[in-house]
Amino acid sequence: MSVEAVWKELNIKHAKPSIEEVLASGKFLVSGEIGPPKGPDVEEVIHHIDLMKDKVHSMNITDNQSSVMRYPSLATALMILERGGEPNLQVTCRDRNRMSLENELLFAYTRGVRSVLCLTGDSVPVGDHKDAKSVFDLESVQLLNMMRTMEEGNDLGGNEMNAPVKFFKGAIVTPEASPIEPQLIKFEKKVEAGAQWIQTQAIYDMDNFAEFMKTARKYPVKLQAGLVLLTSAGMAKYMNANVPGVKVPQDLIDEMAASEKGKAIDTGIRIMARHIKRIREENLADGVHIMAIGKEAVVPRILEEAELDINAL
Amino acid sequence: MIVSRPKAFESILKELEDAKSVFLVGCGDCATVCQTGGEDQVKEMTEKLTAEGKAVTGNVIPETGCQELDVKREFRAHKDELEKAEAVMVMSCGAGTQAARSGTEKPVFPANDTMFLGNVMRVGQFEEKCRLCGDCVLDMTGAVCPVTRCHKGILNGPCGGTNEGKCEVDPDKDCAWTLIYQQLEKEGKLSKMKEYQPPKNWNPELKPGRIVLEREKGGE
Repeated sequence: MSVEAVWKELNIKHAKPSIEEVLASGKFLVSGEIGPPKGPDVEEVIHHIDLMKDKVHSMNITDNQSSVMRYPSLATALMILERGGEPNLQVTCRDRNRMSLENELLFAYTRGVRSVLCLTGDSVPVGDHKDAKSVFDLESVQLLNMMRTMEEGNDLGGNEMNAPVKFFKGAIVTPEASPIEPQLIKFEKKVEAGAQWIQTQAIYDMDNFAEFMKTARKYPVKLQAGLVLLTSAGMAKYMNANVPGVKVPQDLIDEMAASEKGKAIDTGIRIMARHIKRIREENLADGVHIMAIGKEAVVPRILEEAELDINAL
Repeated sequence: MIVSRPKAFESILKELEDAKSVFLVGCGDCATVCQTGGEDQVKEMTEKLTAEGKAVTGNVIPETGCQELDVKREFRAHKDELEKAEAVMVMSCGAGTQAARSGTEKPVFPANDTMFLGNVMRVGQFEEKCRLCGDCVLDMTGAVCPVTRCHKGILNGPCGGTNEGKCEVDPDKDCAWTLIYQQLEKEGKLSKMKEYQPPKNWNPELKPGRIVLEREKGGE
């Protein structure tokens, strides 16, 4: 049975084009991000999905983000499909061995998930289950390769499956990593392992990003710039001090600090909208990935200020 | 070197429960270097247990605490002291504790936690550089082990958490992939880093491991 027949049998519908289709059409790819809830109450996450589903092409769903145990990424992806959005399933290698990664992808495939973002995952001790055993049987490059094996109809044990799978495979890169050279080698390996498009870690310095893109453009992959919403000057300083590979320039911190009391988020929205405009105007990237961590409700406002309407592209 | 760390004395007392007399076993090798089971520590443990009202019937510090034949020989030489004890407390690694297990019918307890295979950096300073994975990749990585020295054991390059050459998980530790990059660059062998490393065989030897050298097998 073809996967399309499986989807029909299970009454799975795709209301939106896939990420692959959006990029192939040459459109500027706009995605948002959904952080699954801590526990079984999905009211808020459903609200966020409904707010975003028609404003962005797709939504990433984080996978136990920052090693904090949450509602499953795949379950949230299915919820997005059911509500007429397009999910981009994030899969990390921290919590599952290769067998578990394989069977989760089989499940995702038959239930209509078409895009997967492959990540190694944060380390266990940074999260909220510090005593847990970390798996890391595979890492991001090997996960990409594993998916290619599955697309050839085989599993990692060297056995033939009864049919191949097919996904649009994504990966990430950290343009501000220091040193950058080893990061670029890994970037190249991800592309060679089958990554078809790339999302970046949060970037704030557009000049640095433009410089990075000169290198990245040499590879045959589309790339989305990752943008994290600043909500206060303190948050920017915190990220600079604590999140490797994220560098918020001082002028943006000053701009945030100069916000009217209680209006810092408006400044953050303005900054992100400005960056989105510049990325589009200068064709710096093939799209943007908007991470409004904890403030998902403002994503439509960001897009409005950036004058970015995906339905008008 | 097997690096061990002493358990809290309260938990040692809890292990011993109502045992009134104890025979102590140290180790003349790793646990002596780690200062967890050498002569000084055995003496100190004797004093502390005595102060708690336990009778320490004697002790032995085998040259190498995990050499089972030697441990058994030492136990035979200290038979009387061992016989008088209700419990045996081993100030060595987990291997040493189980070597003691093979040498006596008495209840055996560990005084230490066994931490890792460590390089001795200087007196009292140990660092884990090999994880005993059984499938060595050091030929590809400039003799810096990513399986051990990268927190996530990544085989194909650094994660996004590398921070000015340090690890995001512990800023006191070097990012293994920065070290590997620097070494291979020096050797003019960055092509090795660019080569795809396939998923590892985590079962090169069925656990628990056992190796018998061909020439030592009986009848050959």
